[in-house]
Amino acid sequence: MSREECKILSARFGRPDGHRLKVYEAEGGYQALRQVLGERQPDEVIEAVKESGLRGRGGAGFPTGVKWGFVPKDADQVYFFVNADESEPGTFKDRYLMDYDPHQMIEGTIISSYAVRANLAFIYIRGEFGWLIDRVQKAVDEAYAAGYLGKDILGRGYDLDMIVHKGAGAYICGEETGLINSVTGTKGQPSIKPPFPAVSGFLGKPTIVNNVETVAAVPWIMIHGAEAYRAHGTEKSAGTKLWSVSGPVKNQGVFEVPLGIPFADFYRDHLGGMRDGEEFKACIVGGSSVPVLTADEMMGCNLDYESLQEAGTMLGSGGMIMIPKSADMVELIKVLMHFYWDESCGQCTPCREGTGWLHRLIGKLLKGEGVPDDLDLLDKVCEGMGGLTICPLADAAVMPMQSFLQRFRAEFEARIHETATPGSPSRWARGE
Amino acid sequence: MDHPETATPLELSEQSRQRIADIIDRYPTGQSALMPCIWVIQEEIGWIPPAAIDHLVDTLGVTRARVHELLTFYTMFRTEKPAQYVLEVCQNISCHVLGAREIIAHLEKRLGIRIGEATPDGKFALHGVECLGACGHGPMLQLGKHFYEYLTPEKVDDLLENLRKDVVPRADTDRHLEEDA
Ligand SMILES: Cc1cc2nc3c(=O)[nH]c(=O)nc-3n(C[C@H](O)[C@H](O)[C@H](O)COP(=O)(O)O)c2cc1C
Ligand code: SF4
Ligand code: FES
Repeated sequence: MSREECKILSARFGRPDGHRLKVYEAEGGYQALRQVLGERQPDEVIEAVKESGLRGRGGAGFPTGVKWGFVPKDADQVYFFVNADESEPGTFKDRYLMDYDPHQMIEGTIISSYAVRANLAFIYIRGEFGWLIDRVQKAVDEAYAAGYLGKDILGRGYDLDMIVHKGAGAYICGEETGLINSVTGTKGQPSIKPPFPAVSGFLGKPTIVNNVETVAAVPWIMIHGAEAYRAHGTEKSAGTKLWSVSGPVKNQGVFEVPLGIPFADFYRDHLGGMRDGEEFKACIVGGSSVPVLTADEMMGCNLDYESLQEAGTMLGSGGMIMIPKSADMVELIKVLMHFYWDESCGQCTPCREGTGWLHRLIGKLLKGEGVPDDLDLLDKVCEGMGGLTICPLADAAVMPMQSFLQRFRAEFEARIHETATPGSPSRWARGE
Repeated sequence: MDHPETATPLELSEQSRQRIADIIDRYPTGQSALMPCIWVIQEEIGWIPPAAIDHLVDTLGVTRARVHELLTFYTMFRTEKPAQYVLEVCQNISCHVLGAREIIAHLEKRLGIRIGEATPDGKFALHGVECLGACGHGPMLQLGKHFYEYLTPEKVDDLLENLRKDVVPRADTDRHLEEDA
């Protein structure tokens, strides 16, 4: 079977010159902007994006056009934020979009900002992407020089300023209200919703936050139409998706495929299977915050929002972490619980304390100090965390934790019952 | 007002002062300009000395508490002079599966320090960090603005050998520099 080629977002990936304005323009770049500013009202753009079925690619999968429609029409000031914080473990697609094709994101941002009538847009890039920030800034400068940004863009009477904002190392700033608060100049702690940012966000004004991949799809949709976009994917999961694939497979990387293709085909045709000597055991398909599935479960899934939800997980960011048989699931969940504990912003007790408990309990198992009750305690701590907090970070910790316990319980039990596990003799099993 | 911190005035290049002025111009409020201004200073000096805090308070009209709030919340801001080469190795899940532990053990052995420590001569520091968005390129580490990816013990040795001679080898994310030159 052939690899399904479908390049809406990734046409210039891997190209050494793909980031240049000249190359982007020569391949049709900024034509969408010309069309939109010349011919369409902002509301028509919103309608087209609604019709395309485009859903947010940052994790939650919310319909993009619908979100834009929430901005009050009489707002005196609207802000547009591009979420390029990309901190979800396993995810590195926005990096490719900005690295190989920054102008596609910039053009998408200008059109999106026009649709919601924003005159100031921020691109919030995680601070660790130092080299990438320089690259995007250069592209923004080029876009200003070419008249695509600034006052009276292309002479069509629309003004937009664009600021590249550098994050400074905090996962929680990827959460949209945390991100907005961060640009306000405070700790990037999330705020309670409602009010939703689309109504009251940055400096109390309507603010739209969209992921890089979401805005990058907008120029294509403007040129080719909603219908053409919907021709890819499934009815409820329209278009294509970038998958960031990591782990010991033959081909790691970022792949664009239509939503809805069977994982088994993707695994065979794009990833080429596992590396020699490795066996496929499990997969976290949507970035570290979604439930893990076993290899068997994965092999029966299609890669779209609905199928993955039915299978008990979520599409999330599309950060596909491929776990080999040789990996120790208890160690892996320790790594993740350390992450959530470290990154909890500390506002909500269930999250601040719960992530610490999970992290410490797993640490106890790894030290050979676990007792059987600890597994129940892990479950209990999880139950006290989910759905009780300001933002979904607590749930993001609970979902991998519970699914690891549920699907790989034997590995956790072995940590307690086996005295023979090298390096981790269980004191409980020895009767101490 | 006099503060004990103001003993050494901040030395900042004209270029950085200009960048700060531009930021203040573009950001809608003084407070929203704070984070990028901290970056300007750290990018020049390598950390945020007490005199820089005074400077930020004076130029942006924000409170001292606000500055401290950001400096302590965001892990990339440094309030102490860092080692010359800070190696930040990703310890998160994908890099872990791809062998980050072996790379860290190798670095610890070669540098004679544990993760979280610095060499006594102040040349190297070794930190474990969370996912850096290079998951399919792991194991990896960050040094300054760049990433060194697909690490092997040999690649680590080569990197250290060069850094000891104060040569910063080309990073995997470095390709743009020559392209854009
Ligand atoms: C803890 C946490 C971290 C998040 N990190 C990111 C991120 O790094 N990038 C991103 O685009 N969205 C992230 N999100 C999702 C955002 O809150 C928001 O839903 C998204 O930016 C909206 O854009 P979209 O509709 O285009 O997906 C995160 C959410 C949570 C709860
Ligand atoms: S759930 Fe956690 S990260 Fe989110 S606001 Fe509460 S404490 Fe902060
Ligand atoms: S897990 Fe190491 S860069 Fe993402």
